[in-house]
Amino acid sequence: MPLSRRSFLAGAVAAPALAAAAGALGGCAGTVVQPGDLSRLRVMAPASPGGGWDTTARVLQRVIQSSGLARNVQVFNVEGAGGTIGLGQLSRETDDALLMMMGLVMVGAVDTNDSATRLTDVTPIARLIGETELIVAPPDAPYTDIQGFVEAWAADPAGTPIAGGSAGGTDQILAGLLAQAAGIDPAQVNYIAYSGGGESLAALLGGQVAAGISGTADYGEQVRTGDLVGLAVSTAERSQQVPDVPTLVESGFDVEVDNWRGLMARPGMSAGAREDLIALVQDTHDTEEWAQALEDNGWDDLLLTGDEYGEFLAEEEQRVLAILREIGLVQ
Amino acid sequence: MGALGDLAGGLADALAPVNLLFALLGVLLGTAVGVLPGIGPAMTVALLLPITYALEPTAALILFAGIYYGGMYGGSTTSILLNTPGESSSIMTALEGNAMAKSGRGAAALATAALGSFVAGTIATLLLALVAPTVVDLVIGITAADYFALTVLAFVAVATVLGSSPLRGLASLGVGLYLGLVGTDVLTGQERFTLGIPQLSDGIDVVVVAVALFAVGEALYVASRLRRGPVQVMAASGPWFTRRDLRRSVGPWLRGTALGFPLGALPAGGAEIPTFLSYATERKLTKHPEEFGRGAIEGVAGPEAANNAAAAGVLVPLLTLGLPTSATAAIILVAFQSYGIQPGPTLLSTESTLVWTLIAALLVGNLMLLVLNLPLARVWVQVLRVPRPYLYAGILLFASLGCYAVNADPLDLVLLLVLGLLGFAMRRYGWPVAPAIVGLILGPVAETNLRRALAISSGDLGVLLDTWFSRIVLGLALAALVVPIVLRAVRGRRATPEEVQAGEGLRHRESVGAGPGEEER
Repeated sequence: MPLSRRSFLAGAVAAPALAAAAGALGGCAGTVVQPGDLSRLRVMAPASPGGGWDTTARVLQRVIQSSGLARNVQVFNVEGAGGTIGLGQLSRETDDALLMMMGLVMVGAVDTNDSATRLTDVTPIARLIGETELIVAPPDAPYTDIQGFVEAWAADPAGTPIAGGSAGGTDQILAGLLAQAAGIDPAQVNYIAYSGGGESLAALLGGQVAAGISGTADYGEQVRTGDLVGLAVSTAERSQQVPDVPTLVESGFDVEVDNWRGLMARPGMSAGAREDLIALVQDTHDTEEWAQALEDNGWDDLLLTGDEYGEFLAEEEQRVLAILREIGLVQ
Repeated sequence: MGALGDLAGGLADALAPVNLLFALLGVLLGTAVGVLPGIGPAMTVALLLPITYALEPTAALILFAGIYYGGMYGGSTTSILLNTPGESSSIMTALEGNAMAKSGRGAAALATAALGSFVAGTIATLLLALVAPTVVDLVIGITAADYFALTVLAFVAVATVLGSSPLRGLASLGVGLYLGLVGTDVLTGQERFTLGIPQLSDGIDVVVVAVALFAVGEALYVASRLRRGPVQVMAASGPWFTRRDLRRSVGPWLRGTALGFPLGALPAGGAEIPTFLSYATERKLTKHPEEFGRGAIEGVAGPEAANNAAAAGVLVPLLTLGLPTSATAAIILVAFQSYGIQPGPTLLSTESTLVWTLIAALLVGNLMLLVLNLPLARVWVQVLRVPRPYLYAGILLFASLGCYAVNADPLDLVLLLVLGLLGFAMRRYGWPVAPAIVGLILGPVAETNLRRALAISSGDLGVLLDTWFSRIVLGLALAALVVPIVLRAVRGRRATPEEVQAGEGLRHRESVGAGPGEEER
């Protein structure tokens, strides 16, 4: 009797585990898709649940489903190595109805992780959205604008710690580009990597670092309430989230960074299958739900599809690689 | 008194039938996923995120918070009965808990875990309601140097889990520290000891290591002894939770709460460090030192209370700063944002009903967990009646399934087996396993924060003693290390009272340590 109870309990516990495993395995679990059939779609978020790629993938899932463009959309996570593990998995896929979420960070991660699969090995579908990067200072800092900060920074780069997200990510890339534009050697930047916007937020509120760089989603609320000073935003236009904060360009620094996110598909797919995916993304983009989602999340609309997106990727790859070399993260 | 009025209003909302139902669903799901190693509350909440689009915010957040609290409960059950920690915060529970189970005290261990979780969860949730804004001011004053000091204290506390031979204990700690180095360095993004295997670039999952060293190692060890002499049978029907157990548990529960809540609220705190400190404190303070290692109830009661109090502590920065400090909190933050609600300094005024209903629902969920788990303790214990070969085969299956489910990657199974063999060798040659896990968890935290502190100060070592918090904590660590040795040398006898004093100091730090944060701001 105890034995059967035990196996029953094990079974009850195993059920959610198997469901999760099946979700992660996806294609192996019986998703047989006819060519050109996008009624079932899988979206890979090559990062842990809760992060930017995961959130964007899940918003995309909701909009596609609620607008009836596809009946069944699954999101699954393949974590690790700045997304390059997911990229490697995508390069071995044979399923046309699969999109991988990715973004600027992956461009750098391919090189910092020395990934065997490069972005040119998979099929570019579309650039989707962008998030504005926000440079902030603690409330008691001696400077209140970006010029003042850069002046202090140039005088003592090592004594000016700048907090941001993970090493080699968008935040550090922006720090390097801004240093370059201000005539500071990017290799001298004292960049303190935190595992996320939240941890660096605490260091900023406590006044432990001279400045911080992260997305408007992480710091925007504190800038609006005055707990942090917004020095500059990284995009060409000012952000709706923090309309009072000037752009870097209008402050006299020729630096523009969009923390963009886009979608890739498996290598070697037919032109028709690729067109179908691009059409699906275009249709999703045109819905009212998507417009609402952009507004809710504070995202900029950066839609760019097909080969134009591929060209953009190539340019971005060069720019990112160059600055990572200058910082010293890539040999 | 405004807060209590608001809380009463929140309770009225939380007791609405629909909300009660979601709280029940949440705690049930949470308990189930907490039991299984690998599948944690973070992944469960992520899988359920799409329902936020169909549910109203209150119901969804109650469900998620229920899963979060339930996960903290569930992890203890397998730790105690099967020596297989379901979550990293239940690792300390396995030490004494499993020893209790083996000597027929499994039901009492489960009961003190359930009651302690309830007591700690309730006190910490009430604290969350009453002092959240104050705690936040302290929390953001904590610097990288303070974290480093805290890990130094935790390392010193580890001495108490080193086992009978300090040399073997230190070797085991070294194994853990080394495993902690595998992966990508946080500060420079460079890979270390990954052998070119991309799956290792994010480090080795703590749960995989814990399950391998504890459960797989144990299963292999038992298997290797099955044919040697009579099989020792675990007594499933020992005495139930007695009045004496209660007397011995109350102190650890309260001390565990006092450690767990503030440390859980720290932005890089997590639930593990308070469980280490709680275990060390109880071991120093106990009147039954001879029972430690053979199943001392204090060693279960303290860490279990600490991890539940830490779970409530994590909600402090989440609700008041919008600052997630654990994976689950990060996903709950996403849920808030998908409703267009931004947790932060203004949340309590803009969404006051929601926040108070959520806090009230946590209290209700906590009570549900107790009602569910206390009677079940006697049922779960029957698992131990399963004949050993089947039981350990089941544990191996269970461990493999859980580890595989984390990433659905066969490499995790290889890792599990290799580390399991290591765990077997460690058991065979009498190396304690716990220090390895402690090193794995604490090593990276200590290293990252030391380097961060030095980077911020441009290499000036003085930064490590810059705040009152770090001075007091490092001073305590030094005292805990030196005082017993000195006194033993002077008096020429074993230093029991002095050790007690050092443990007192641990608690003392909690009240004193609150001060410096304010100066920082």
